[in-house]
Amino acid sequence: MATNAPKKPSAVGPRVAMPEQPAAERIRNFTEVALGYTKEQAMEEARRCLQCKKPLCQQGCPVSIDIKTFIAKICEDDLEGAYSTILGTNALPAVCGRVCPQENQCEGKCILGKKHEPVAIGRLERFVADTFIAADSCEEVTGANACVVERNDLQVACIGAGPASLTVAGYLASRGIKVKVFEALHEPGGVLIYGIPEFRLPKNIVAKEVSALKDLGVEIVTNWVGGKTITIQDLLDEGYDAIFIGVGAGLPRFLNIPGENLVGVFSANEYLTRVNLGRAYNFPNFDTPTYMGRNVVVLGGGNVAMDAARTAQRMGADKVSIVYRRTQDEMPARAEELHHAIEEGIEIKALCGPLAFNGDDQGNLVSMTVQKMELGEPDESGRRSPICIEGATEEVPCDMAIIAVGTRPNPILLDATPDMELNKWGYIKANEETGETSIPNVFAGGDIVTGSATVISAMGAGRRAAMEIADRLLLCN
Amino acid sequence: MGYKILQKKELIPGQTSLLVIDAPQIAKKAQPGNFVILRIDEQGERVPLTIADKDREAGTITIVYLVVGKSTAQLNDLSEGDEILDVCGPLGKATHIEKQGTVICVGGGTGIAAMHHIAKGHHEAGNHVVAIIGARTEDLLLFQCELDGFCPEVLVATDDGSVGHKGFVTEVLQKRLEEDKTVSEVVAIGPVPMMEAVAKVTKPFGVKTTVSLNSIMVDGIGMCGACRCTVGGETKFACVDGPEFDGQKVDFGELKSRLWQFRGQEEKSMDHYKNGGCRCHGH
Repeated sequence: MATNAPKKPSAVGPRVAMPEQPAAERIRNFTEVALGYTKEQAMEEARRCLQCKKPLCQQGCPVSIDIKTFIAKICEDDLEGAYSTILGTNALPAVCGRVCPQENQCEGKCILGKKHEPVAIGRLERFVADTFIAADSCEEVTGANACVVERNDLQVACIGAGPASLTVAGYLASRGIKVKVFEALHEPGGVLIYGIPEFRLPKNIVAKEVSALKDLGVEIVTNWVGGKTITIQDLLDEGYDAIFIGVGAGLPRFLNIPGENLVGVFSANEYLTRVNLGRAYNFPNFDTPTYMGRNVVVLGGGNVAMDAARTAQRMGADKVSIVYRRTQDEMPARAEELHHAIEEGIEIKALCGPLAFNGDDQGNLVSMTVQKMELGEPDESGRRSPICIEGATEEVPCDMAIIAVGTRPNPILLDATPDMELNKWGYIKANEETGETSIPNVFAGGDIVTGSATVISAMGAGRRAAMEIADRLLLCN
Repeated sequence: MGYKILQKKELIPGQTSLLVIDAPQIAKKAQPGNFVILRIDEQGERVPLTIADKDREAGTITIVYLVVGKSTAQLNDLSEGDEILDVCGPLGKATHIEKQGTVICVGGGTGIAAMHHIAKGHHEAGNHVVAIIGARTEDLLLFQCELDGFCPEVLVATDDGSVGHKGFVTEVLQKRLEEDKTVSEVVAIGPVPMMEAVAKVTKPFGVKTTVSLNSIMVDGIGMCGACRCTVGGETKFACVDGPEFDGQKVDFGELKSRLWQFRGQEEKSMDHYKNGGCRCHGH
């Protein structure tokens, strides 16, 4: 019998392990690595929650999910209740349950984490969302999801159909405001579709969450490029009451070292877009090809680097190495992603800085030269900065290199909107609390404001902007 | 909900066709120099194609393609009334067009179609447009009638001499530049070796030379860098910084090697399509 009575932390058992595909098996397929809890496992894990009077987990959540309540509802076997609790603040729970860095957010704050492992909040969120996605019964569950547009006099446009915009759309639509989302690519989801691989976030999960938004009355159009097919001014002229810009980070950064344009050198964005959006893992049944490296080097230490490396492994590479300037401990990737990558046989070449890519006379990559490093004193970010070891270089043979060192602002929408103020890094300047840009009633959030960050931080920014938009539109009209 | 092909005209049988596509939102914004990315069906790849013309009132754009691989072969199997699943645009920076005097527009092969839109833009801006077009033989010359319609001079070169100058467009260009020192710009669109040769010819004359690069692209909106090229020693993205660049500064050798990147898979894809991998309309 489930109980919500608070327990002593000492009485709580270990966290329920996540069932996973074995590493040896999964490096040959693109199906999801983490398989998800069964109902029994979820209820067992949920019962570990202490139901704190002042839950810190909710504070750690960028979209403020009422975590304690949804977990209590799992204990009570009220999964519908749990789902509507999550949907109250999060339009994409099946996505967040999979890709959020929970260890730095909700789970990082969980009081159990001080002595034991924290409650597996992300896994529980995923369990609840998947239960309803599988049942396809979103509309039956929540009044909100059956909600039709009530305020046809109000309309909001979102540019980009990634996590930030979809959050705005979900929030506003559930309050009866008409939302139209303009997506540049042929499929909505943004980084959830082109960036995060299938084995971490299946595309049918994204499609289901997008379809739940459409059920709410959100209109999504694809092949509309903000700044090209339609501009901010066009949307204002068409009478939109507010506009949200969530176009994402944009142009991949390169390393600015010799040989970068050799055949075989790719940005992680290109490689992942080919494989994910273009389904190159299913070539030639799908037309988009990708380069088939046998000996692959990935540059960078974030989640995108892990995704690229693990993808190359699955695409049939003989060897995949991640070259990183600092050590494993300084890598910004989620602990779980790094752990999975190592488990799958990916080599970490730490303390190596890229110096040059070397090619043959046909312009094909054959190796790269790296500079050996050692760790110095901690820098401003608190990470120990790498220092070159004079004269110590190494030639690493490779026929493919994938550069995953972040992005720069995409100029398309910004060039077409010269009146909008940018910050010193060239991203959109937006009010921290409301997300409003220098153009009244035009809001922005996600990577186009902050530079590359996480899905959930983009969703948090979307939620803040949506709250402000809803307040303005509903209170004034 | 695709984009309907309203008209299909076979310009060179089995090789090059012109499509007029219903795409009002793109037609409304299209400028000379812009391109679109299209995707034929759910399994399709994103293919960049230059906009050869637009009709804002009719809400249509015109594209011309050469069958070079699987996707263009599949496109060529479509007929009037069929739909293309995705057409996205207009993309890329528009051609810089201002009234400046005499502009020579050089086009080779299918590139003549793309050049036509730019030539028209220069004509509408009040420039004296000289079109120089070339092909292997007379039957393969595209858009000559259209160019004749507004260009005061249309000069032709064919490899076999079936019409016009027997030889290359570059020879015609060389002669024209020698005779007329007032030319303010040369625009060249066509195969990479042709554009490279044009830049070589114009160099001693010091005349501004614009080329339009046909790099491999994926998203076409600046996200991936597949289309990167070296221009004046700097890496540029053809999709957002171009596709037009100063012909004197482009590293054509690098462009050529990058265009061959996926050759093996392109052949595989074509074989798969020819051997029954066809899935048009689910048949």
